[in-house]
Amino acid sequence: MRISVATDVAAPRESVWEVVTDPQRYLHVLVGVTRWEVAGERARGLGARYRTLMHVGSAEVGGLVEVVEWREPGDVAWHSVTGIDQRGRWRLRAVGPDRTRVELRFSYGIAGGGVFGWIAERVAAPTVRRNLRGSLVQLKREVEQEEMRRAAARRRASRAA
Amino acid sequence: MSAVVGATTLVRAVAGPLQRGPRAPDAVLEARDPDAIRERLPRQWLLSSLWHRAEVRGLAHVPEQGPVLLVGNRSGGQRSPDTGVLTLAFSTFFGVERPFYELDDPGTAAEALAAGAAVLHYPGGSHEAHRPSWESARVDLAGRRAFVRLALDAGVPIVPVVAIGGQETALFLGRGGPVARMLGLPSLPISVGLPTGVNVGGVVPHVPLPSKIVVEVLPRIDLAEEFGPDPDVDVVYAEVVARMQETLDALASERRWPVVG
Repeated sequence: MRISVATDVAAPRESVWEVVTDPQRYLHVLVGVTRWEVAGERARGLGARYRTLMHVGSAEVGGLVEVVEWREPGDVAWHSVTGIDQRGRWRLRAVGPDRTRVELRFSYGIAGGGVFGWIAERVAAPTVRRNLRGSLVQLKREVEQEEMRRAAARRRASRAA
Repeated sequence: MSAVVGATTLVRAVAGPLQRGPRAPDAVLEARDPDAIRERLPRQWLLSSLWHRAEVRGLAHVPEQGPVLLVGNRSGGQRSPDTGVLTLAFSTFFGVERPFYELDDPGTAAEALAAGAAVLHYPGGSHEAHRPSWESARVDLAGRRAFVRLALDAGVPIVPVVAIGGQETALFLGRGGPVARMLGLPSLPISVGLPTGVNVGGVVPHVPLPSKIVVEVLPRIDLAEEFGPDPDVDVVYAEVVARMQETLDALASERRWPVVG
């Protein structure tokens, strides 16, 4: 099952990139995610691994994922190593000097799950989609508030100068 | 008279083996197949999420790795829905790669713990699973203390697991005390459920009513730390049951309606 959600954030993509690649902030940003822990020595970058869980239905579902693509500041993608089969991607594209198009793609499934797997993927889809949409809302709020704080700090600094 | 003897023999022959309680899927630990478990997860997820609207709380109390003995209260007759709910939650939380067994036999359980597995054990077994529905909120491990010795010998923590809702998947009327004794059986459970109606002996598994199931995993109990290097088995047993009963009381107080939850 593949789900994709997108939004525009009023901030340069470097600012968005900073947030979407910081595992410390994932629990605040990603709705429904109950665990996003660094597993291993590398916390960020290609090859970084995380233990992830998202609450869907009666279970917390996830597994160990690994970052398989890292193109700063545009694309970061991960694949599952263990747990349910999943792939995710943050895709950031500048649509103006201080505006970024943010796309979050997520696909999941269970190989060999048969007809029940097919049904379960579809039954879970509204919850997953709602979580991803909520995550983008949260991301937008967080990044734009940070941008406002930065802008205010810059104004204060220029006034002081 | 001979008809009564014949009927008694028939009931013993049919109900006896079935009353030994639910067994592990396979007593041979090597037979565990993570791929097959993974492939069954969607079906169990659908059943747990849609049919039983299950909730599992406190899985983070289970140590991240290493052997652990989960001790649960069993409900729901011959095929306990609580087990499926917990197995799903455990498998998705820790991954199917982590060895996890539901075992009744202490010998096999000891072997699994020695191999580093997480073992789910229901001391009350079939006895507890067939308690009357109106005793749904009662932990009844039937005084079976073997799990304490099992944990002590293996040097593993006990993690109590308490579930509610399973005893509302049918109307369980009791274990048929006097009749069972007359027939020489440990029990002769009687229940009313779908699709058979009255079910004597727990011979035919019932289709569970869509009862809401809530499972709560309690903080781990490190026996040596809490009870000293050579704990009294009776004291540990009483403490584990007390903690489970306290939690079950709390879960029962959250329920407003039978089945609905």
